[in-house]
Amino acid sequence: MLRAGLTMMAQGRSLVPGGALTLLFAGAAVLSLFWTPYEITSLDIANKIKAPTLAHPLGTDHFGRDILSMIMVGARTSIAVALVAVGIGMGVGVPLGLAAAARKGSLLDEVIMRGNDLVFAFPSLLIAIMITAVFGASAVNAIIAIGIFNIPVFARLTRSGALSLWTQDYVLAARVAGKGAARISAEHILPNVTNLLIVQGTIQFSLGILAEAGLSYVGLGAQPPTPSWGRMLADSQTMISLAPHMAIFPGMAILLTVLGLNLMGDGLRDLLDPRLRRTGR
Amino acid sequence: MTLLQIDRLSMDVGRLPILRAVSLGVDAGRILGVIGESGSGKSMTALSVMQLLPDGARCSGRISLAGQEVLTLSEPALCKMRGRDVGMVFQEPMTALNPLQTIGAQVAETIRIHERVTRAEALRRAAEALRRAELPQDRFPMSRYPHELSGGQRQRVVIAMAIALRPRLLIADEPTTALDVTTQAEILKLLKRLVVEDGMACMLISHDLAVVADMADDIVIMRSGEVVESGPVDRLLSQMRHPYSKALLAASSHVPNRLAQPREASLLSVQGVVRDYATPRSGFWGRVGTFRAVNDVSFEIRRGESLGLVGESGCGKSTLTRAILGLEEVQAGTIELNGQPVFSGHRPNRDVRRHMQVVFQDPYGSFNPRHRVDRLVSEPFHLLDEPPKGTARADAVAQALESVGLAADDGRKFIHEFSGGQRQRIAIARALIIRPELIILDEAVSALDVQVRAQILDLLADLGDRLGLTYLFISHDLSVVRSITDRVLVMQDGRIVEHGVTQEVFDVPGHAYTQQLVAAAPRLTVEPERTNDDDARP
Repeated sequence: MLRAGLTMMAQGRSLVPGGALTLLFAGAAVLSLFWTPYEITSLDIANKIKAPTLAHPLGTDHFGRDILSMIMVGARTSIAVALVAVGIGMGVGVPLGLAAAARKGSLLDEVIMRGNDLVFAFPSLLIAIMITAVFGASAVNAIIAIGIFNIPVFARLTRSGALSLWTQDYVLAARVAGKGAARISAEHILPNVTNLLIVQGTIQFSLGILAEAGLSYVGLGAQPPTPSWGRMLADSQTMISLAPHMAIFPGMAILLTVLGLNLMGDGLRDLLDPRLRRTGR
Repeated sequence: MTLLQIDRLSMDVGRLPILRAVSLGVDAGRILGVIGESGSGKSMTALSVMQLLPDGARCSGRISLAGQEVLTLSEPALCKMRGRDVGMVFQEPMTALNPLQTIGAQVAETIRIHERVTRAEALRRAAEALRRAELPQDRFPMSRYPHELSGGQRQRVVIAMAIALRPRLLIADEPTTALDVTTQAEILKLLKRLVVEDGMACMLISHDLAVVADMADDIVIMRSGEVVESGPVDRLLSQMRHPYSKALLAASSHVPNRLAQPREASLLSVQGVVRDYATPRSGFWGRVGTFRAVNDVSFEIRRGESLGLVGESGCGKSTLTRAILGLEEVQAGTIELNGQPVFSGHRPNRDVRRHMQVVFQDPYGSFNPRHRVDRLVSEPFHLLDEPPKGTARADAVAQALESVGLAADDGRKFIHEFSGGQRQRIAIARALIIRPELIILDEAVSALDVQVRAQILDLLADLGDRLGLTYLFISHDLSVVRSITDRVLVMQDGRIVEHGVTQEVFDVPGHAYTQQLVAAAPRLTVEPERTNDDDARP
């Protein structure tokens, strides 16, 4: 089974295993909106720190809460934070990168890219701490902080990808056809940088999950009682030798989601490229 | 005794047969020309001698190199052989060198891989190899990086690497295809000299019959993995037997039939055009310099005429093309089509632009790989104020595709489903769709195989007759320019140095540079037997 999976990935068919893992956690997040095995706010001190049993498949934590339920609800937090953060990064960064590439060497290019450098120059975690210090710790502020740091990543990537595309003959042909920079960017440049963006998007998505976990770990992400994978890890820290399952399961959730997203990104990139599609020839 | 003998070599990659029973041999001190179109297996034959084959390739038959059976050698033994017994020169001198290493270090590396010598000794021998490749130390120190050299000089570095260990066999795979004619002539002369001096055997792979005919002692002609004909150059060229060889020879010197006569009315007028580029500052406080890419160029193209523009890379051809197409503004002079300027008030003039289109050299880079052919072909409709929609648009696309010999259904396909020649037809369809008067062909047939090139030239001649098109034909290939143009301009360092009727300019070149170009161009000296035009074209 593992061998078959590895062969599939080696042959570039990573979409199926990646998609399955991603769907699993996305499904758990959606399901948690309607149903969880236990209420995550119900404390059951009598049954605290229980190893996995039939009643609690992933065990319970130090307040006796069901870990499976908490992971399901935590998936919601983690995925939402990462998704919106990547959305902010792409939504702002990609147009900036396209504009900078279209007007390479101009004042606009300089302003955009030096602005990016400015954001890059700040340690992201410090800024996130600063934002939460000013506006208070919450999931929304974590999203904004992570999202802002995604902007220069996408802007730079888009610009570098676009610059090499601007030298292609088909862009010259489009200019001969009288198309302007904005139109060429939308029709010719953007579709050809999507493969870069998809791969980077999945990487940033997983980094977003990790960043949220990190912020929650230091208490600056989602606030109790909203569960988050990062805080579950933080809570388990002092009891790691006593109850390893409290650390293992949230850790596995983070690991598998990140893995699934990366595999899916690879698979998507191949699927969306018409050159790699099987044409029967 | 033959140095390299290949006997009934067959190769498959997976289940796909690549080579079938290829037999050839080459003696020390002789040059074997291997000719074929893309996909004929000529490069694969050469790579199988070094056993540098794609994954999943299986060989059968015999390859014997200086008495060694190559196919039975182990991988470590092969590594010893590569570079020491067999040297290789590749087509693209830019990618064959590591841009981050000096040329001396790269040549010395080849020596140090194979022989236990000190760094100083390796460098001394690298200097010797570079000198023999005509890059003497006083003018080209070994501390140079590849980007500081021109294409021809880089190719000399690659040659120095290949001959540094005095190999017994030199494989040159399209060594001059990426170079200008005059550089090509120098590189070929250098290769020939080295072969004679070192008594090497040389396998020269090329698609260009004229290059090989000049250089080689023997010729092998390949098609789809098979040798169709082989023999000494003189005999083979004068008495070709195989129809494919005859077709190849006919295509190499093909002259399309053109009926249209240019009319007197002027279509495009270029007067005193100057185009300057800013060069980078020299240092932080330095001044921005200017480089004059096009210097006081004036010419006219008459309606229905086919005008050639000849020059080597860097002479300003492409800059001039961009200026004519209205993509860049010029610093001085005027460019007018039908009496209207292409650039007015610092903006390109749409009314003028819709009367000209362009076809580029690279059939692979000219199309957005993510769009379907119908969308690609209809792109110039953007220039019209009221572009056709719905069925009118589909009809126009179908008509354009059919006029270049493709099917209307091809519009639904993606560009990667087409071969190089078909792509160039699509590029022509894209140029034709808004019914322009002037088509600029920027090296439009340079990347194509000879037979495909002949077909495209025929197509262009036919379209010119039927639609009354005017062509500006930009090329470095003199034989192509000679076959399809009425008049020709010769460009050097941004200036037009000579112009006149094509036949006259090439037969009696006046300017020194034109004479140099004409002399450097490889020519087929043997007149092919006149074959029927119909069986010449498949």
